[in-house]
Amino acid sequence: MRIHELTKQYDGKTVVDAVSFSIPKGKVISLIGPNGAGKSTVMGMISRLIAHDSGLVEFEGKDIGKWKSKELSKRLAILTQSNNIQMKLTVRELVSFGRFPYSGNRITPEDSAIIDRAIAYMELEAFQDRFIDELSGGQRQRAMIAMVIAQDTEYVLLDEPTNNLDIYHATNMMKIVRRLCDELGKTVILVLHEINYAAFYSDYICAFKNGSVAKFGTVEEVITKENLSDIYQVDFEILNIAGKPLSIYY
Amino acid sequence: MLTNSIHQEAIFIKGIRSTLILAGALMALSVLSLFVGVIDLTPAALFTGNLEQLSIFLTSRLPRLLAILCTGIGMSVAGLIMQQLCSNKFVSPTTGATISSAQLGILLALLFMPQSTLWSRAIFAFATAVGGTWIFVWFIQRIQFKDAVMVPLVGIMFGNVIGGITSYLAYQYDMTQALASWLVGHFSLVLKGRYEIVWLTVPLVVLAFLFANHFNIVGLGKDFSKNLGVPYNVVLFLGLTLAAMITASIVVVVGAISYIGLIVPNVVAMFKGDNIRGTLVDTALFGALFVLVCDMIGRVVIFPYELPIELIVGILGSLIFIGLLFYRLKHGRKAVRLGSPSSSSCSCPVSALEGGEEA
Repeated sequence: MRIHELTKQYDGKTVVDAVSFSIPKGKVISLIGPNGAGKSTVMGMISRLIAHDSGLVEFEGKDIGKWKSKELSKRLAILTQSNNIQMKLTVRELVSFGRFPYSGNRITPEDSAIIDRAIAYMELEAFQDRFIDELSGGQRQRAMIAMVIAQDTEYVLLDEPTNNLDIYHATNMMKIVRRLCDELGKTVILVLHEINYAAFYSDYICAFKNGSVAKFGTVEEVITKENLSDIYQVDFEILNIAGKPLSIYY
Repeated sequence: MLTNSIHQEAIFIKGIRSTLILAGALMALSVLSLFVGVIDLTPAALFTGNLEQLSIFLTSRLPRLLAILCTGIGMSVAGLIMQQLCSNKFVSPTTGATISSAQLGILLALLFMPQSTLWSRAIFAFATAVGGTWIFVWFIQRIQFKDAVMVPLVGIMFGNVIGGITSYLAYQYDMTQALASWLVGHFSLVLKGRYEIVWLTVPLVVLAFLFANHFNIVGLGKDFSKNLGVPYNVVLFLGLTLAAMITASIVVVVGAISYIGLIVPNVVAMFKGDNIRGTLVDTALFGALFVLVCDMIGRVVIFPYELPIELIVGILGSLIFIGLLFYRLKHGRKAVRLGSPSSSSCSCPVSALEGGEEA
């Protein structure tokens, strides 16, 4: 996936300004940056949820706008923060929707097997017949991820997946992200607020500032005292914990 | 894996049980309803070939029963679709301005084509019902209400504005009496040859069943739909068109019947959840049963006269609706489980694993 000179304006104000970078396959890439830096907007544009004003999002060699929506949904999945489900669906029914791009309204036996595996992978067997709105926030997140696994896409985009989760569930969420990449070979792109989660669990980091890419590179390249102080405008201290850069800000 | 499939089968059997019970009850009451009326009909006379009895049966009793069944099925399914698409449990053909728009259409047909047939009136009603519902939904999409109750309130206001226009035009052109028949729903004028439009509900409901998953996905939001490759706006407006057409084909024949589209889907969802595939048949059956029971009450309570169905539905419906609200207040959105041991066995690991995590 390649992003070239991507621009977005809202009411004449440029929120994303000529952003270009390439997304390496089979890695975890985190988009970080202060509020309003444009990371969620970029996420929306590369997942076709938001239309871009100019520039190009090239997905597998083809402009993302030229993809058929159904074909794209077999290759790229996106979960946004707006996915808070008020509907009384069981976990299994929700996960089954992941097969929709393939089988439409009819679930085939192969689909059922895939759904079973996705539920098992997220350890949701005991909850599969419970209604989503009766689950805790952490379980609900896992059910959504199980749906994405059933959707069986190469790319998985997650917009602030750790939002509203406590430390236990947020950490589990990041471990799941790692497994999606390491075990299932998916390319995972995340928008994250917590720099340390990004540093510990991703391969690449794309840091945004004022609608532009301030820094893109491996974790070690991006997470430095100078870079972060510049991006967030606060003082940073970087410690080395277990070979990873841990940032302290104050 | 094996235990899982057995488990799924148990769920399936449990799911189908309520459907069978509803279907059985509906069948029994349907047969019974054929023999309730001013003129005594007996099954024996029908079978011995009493021509007079047979003709009453074919021109009045059977059409009435069919109209009742189509009305119950149609209104509840229309309500179900609208509630799902708007992801709001209070939206229905009544609270979404669909019925009042259809009435306006009928009046316009009466005004512009005084000799209009049932079919041309239906076409007018289709057009206005679809238009009115679209405008309402477009409006609530533009203004994102924080409070779910605001949506039906806006719908009721919008419906009243349209109703006001209808009344004004009716007064202006001396049509109030002609219109009255469509303002209060009743089955007493359902006779062979002048009710067949309600049959349209059957293919429309079948269509709704085929697109059930589409409607569910759209109900889960725009981003969610796009992620799964479902064209949100197309499905939204097609679904609303379907619901509006079902409603209009009923309003043209029997007039306005409120509450069914509101309470029937809600009651069924309390037991069976919101997966349209799983609830549509039950919703349709329960809707038909509800209308049939209301109609029989209306026919029996001041026998040999009858009360319009709208009256009975209004009384029973508002009582059930208040009951629903109280249940919600007391139990939140928790589902009613009918003697299912699986839910209690599930809750143990939850509390152990995720105890105290509830936000």
